Amino acid sequence: MTVNLKKTNVVIVGLGAVGGVAALPLARAGLDVIGLEAGDWLRTSHFAPDELQNNFRGWPQSVQKANREIPTHREREGAPYSPRLAIHPMMNAVGGTSLHYWAQSWRLNPWDFKVVSETTRRYGASRIPKGSTVEDWPFGLEELEPYYERVEYEVGVSGQAGNVNGKIDKRGNVFEGSRRREYPMPPLRGTGFTELMANASRTLGWHPFPGPAAINSRTYQNRAACAYHGFCNRGGCHINAKNSTAVSTIPRAQETRRLTVVTRAHVTTIAVDQAGRVSGVEYLKDGETYVQPADVVLLAGYTYENVRMLLLSKSKPFLNGLSNNHGQVGRHYFSHCTGAAVTALFPKNLNNWYGLPAQGTAIDDWADDNFDHSKLDFIGGGNLWIFSERRPIAAAGMSTFDRAPQWGSRWKAFVKENADRWNTSYLQKTTLPYEDNYLDLDPTVKDSLGFPVCRITAGFKDNERKVAAFIQDKMVQWYEAAGAVDTIREPLGTMGPSTHAYGGTRMGDNPDTNVVNRWGFSHEVPNLGILGASVMGTSGAHNPTLTAQALAWRTADHLVANFRTIGNA
Amino acid sequence: MADTESGGISRRELLKRAGMASAVAAVPVEMFENVEALGQGVATIKPDALETLTRPESSTLEAIVARIIPSDESGPGAAEARAARYIDRALGGPLASSREAYSSGLAAIDAYARTSKGAAFAQLPAADQDAVLMELDRDIVPGFTLGSAAFFALVRAHTIQGTFCDPAYGGNANFVGWDLIGYPGVRTAVTADQQQTAAVVKPNHRSAYDFDMFKGNGPAGQPQGRQRDR
Repeated sequence: MTVNLKKTNVVIVGLGAVGGVAALPLARAGLDVIGLEAGDWLRTSHFAPDELQNNFRGWPQSVQKANREIPTHREREGAPYSPRLAIHPMMNAVGGTSLHYWAQSWRLNPWDFKVVSETTRRYGASRIPKGSTVEDWPFGLEELEPYYERVEYEVGVSGQAGNVNGKIDKRGNVFEGSRRREYPMPPLRGTGFTELMANASRTLGWHPFPGPAAINSRTYQNRAACAYHGFCNRGGCHINAKNSTAVSTIPRAQETRRLTVVTRAHVTTIAVDQAGRVSGVEYLKDGETYVQPADVVLLAGYTYENVRMLLLSKSKPFLNGLSNNHGQVGRHYFSHCTGAAVTALFPKNLNNWYGLPAQGTAIDDWADDNFDHSKLDFIGGGNLWIFSERRPIAAAGMSTFDRAPQWGSRWKAFVKENADRWNTSYLQKTTLPYEDNYLDLDPTVKDSLGFPVCRITAGFKDNERKVAAFIQDKMVQWYEAAGAVDTIREPLGTMGPSTHAYGGTRMGDNPDTNVVNRWGFSHEVPNLGILGASVMGTSGAHNPTLTAQALAWRTADHLVANFRTIGNA
Repeated sequence: MADTESGGISRRELLKRAGMASAVAAVPVEMFENVEALGQGVATIKPDALETLTRPESSTLEAIVARIIPSDESGPGAAEARAARYIDRALGGPLASSREAYSSGLAAIDAYARTSKGAAFAQLPAADQDAVLMELDRDIVPGFTLGSAAFFALVRAHTIQGTFCDPAYGGNANFVGWDLIGYPGVRTAVTADQQQTAAVVKPNHRSAYDFDMFKGNGPAGQPQGRQRDR
């Protein structure tokens, strides 16, 4: 039996990092918002410091949805499928993956918005990698800057500014674009190891700084400061010091009484009327089917789910999937190149047993276009990131640097001596979209409801490989300057399911190459907005979440200002 | 899952990835978890009783883990950590999809020990046990549908888990694993001094589930909360 619900102003599909942010400005403006979340609420008591649970058993999920729709992957058309992951990297719960992510909250650098025009201006058009479909964003950093600031203050981000109104502060990122205000909180504290690395980078003439994090460095909005115990990596915060939307924007939106949160709501279809406008969504909850009509639908799932939902929502006006009459849904997909790490061995204990992935030292000297590429054969670069964090199973699973066998007494003696003497870097690198990297529906693999899962067809190209090798060289240099006695260059990996998945519903002015317009609304369906990194056309060299959240706030603001037109109300 | 199209995923490939842990955010996971079992509470533990393995399987496994991480001059090993107990319990829950691999794998090891060394694996002297394990690792022991090296990699990964995991899972007994590598233990708050390179933090020997706020949630406890839903 289908339950037909009363019409509302706005339905948000997914109350995670972006849906949870967008709900707040909408609710404050007095719009009636229904937030549909496939997962449930989780509490601080679920977030035990338990490595096996977080890093091997798929962390505490409130509902098993994502794990039943893990995307398949192949490097290119015709290539064999990669082994399918056993666990989807995303969280089903109110707050979504903002509960158990690393919480690094970066702004993009100015270059990231103008890769095509800036590369052409500085080096010539021939330097755009062959086959890339990269475009400039429809606006520059200055357009998004107020929204970055808004989210930094509303969600709560700690960090050290490097450029306030054009004034450079060397304690922060000297390469960042101009910002109008400091961060609302000072950066997370350094550790012995992060200071050691910062000092080593200064001997190289580089510019180290603490990275920004959606984690409280002091009490903020009545929530506690970080306790630095670790277990942020795939774990929620036991004291709500990590600013997931579940503890920041969503409760505040609920306080307005305009946001209704519906948990365990598994959306199956976005419905369309005869005029080709969306009329609402259909969802399953506890075995019942519900139809929720709405003036406006904001699709706020993760990249794979946004694309899949559009492709599954077929109708007469949209035979190939919603908002896909230009064939752009699933196109311009890429996942952030974060493989090709460097692992180092030090001659003494680092005491890295505590700390979190967001508590680290960053180098942006080799990111984006912060250095001259005239004599190089690639564009872009990478952010170098080292941090204090060590968990015991991972520590014992360390590389033996070809100095010991893999088991037995000699292995054990090696691990006993070196478990606290190694470190792995996190290297995020420019990744571009290409004409033959895309998402679509898998022809045979289905989820538990019988719907096709998302299929990733994507592989790294020459530009990504060259950036990766270049950045590895820099990281080796940095570790050696800090006294490392050995380093390993880790493999690049594949473009399989990723926590940094971009594109598929790209934002841009040209409807022939983009799914959403500069405001985040579909070119083809005026009352359908799309939130998330699926609208981003470039990655930069930094984590995507804050940018996706700033875009979400901007889309929500635009909807508030234009609700009569967009909602046809 | 329709294996025809997603095709290349042999179980052997999965097994090869068994030991892969990763420090990066993007994805890699333990490949053997039974997703259906994720998030389900671990049943009440009967101390010392086997929960999944048969007695002969258990004695072979005990002998194997004791050679992967031996008790020696560098301290207690997987036997003292009771890594085999961890595996026995996990095979009845989150590692259930590996149960069959353990049955056939342990039997194949025992059969090979008898034919090549003349006794059950558990009865062999340590040097002969090591020789058998080396041959397993070199992928030359017969009787494994997926190859002996893949099974060895699986047992090695689980032995490390069982030696260095939170003791609530039945391994790392008396914190011998954490003490071996100098891990000072899980805490709910850490001071700036405790993060200095020269600091030596005293081990606290507590399970995460010894802390009041996590008590009763159990390892991989089923989330109960449905607060504020309106």
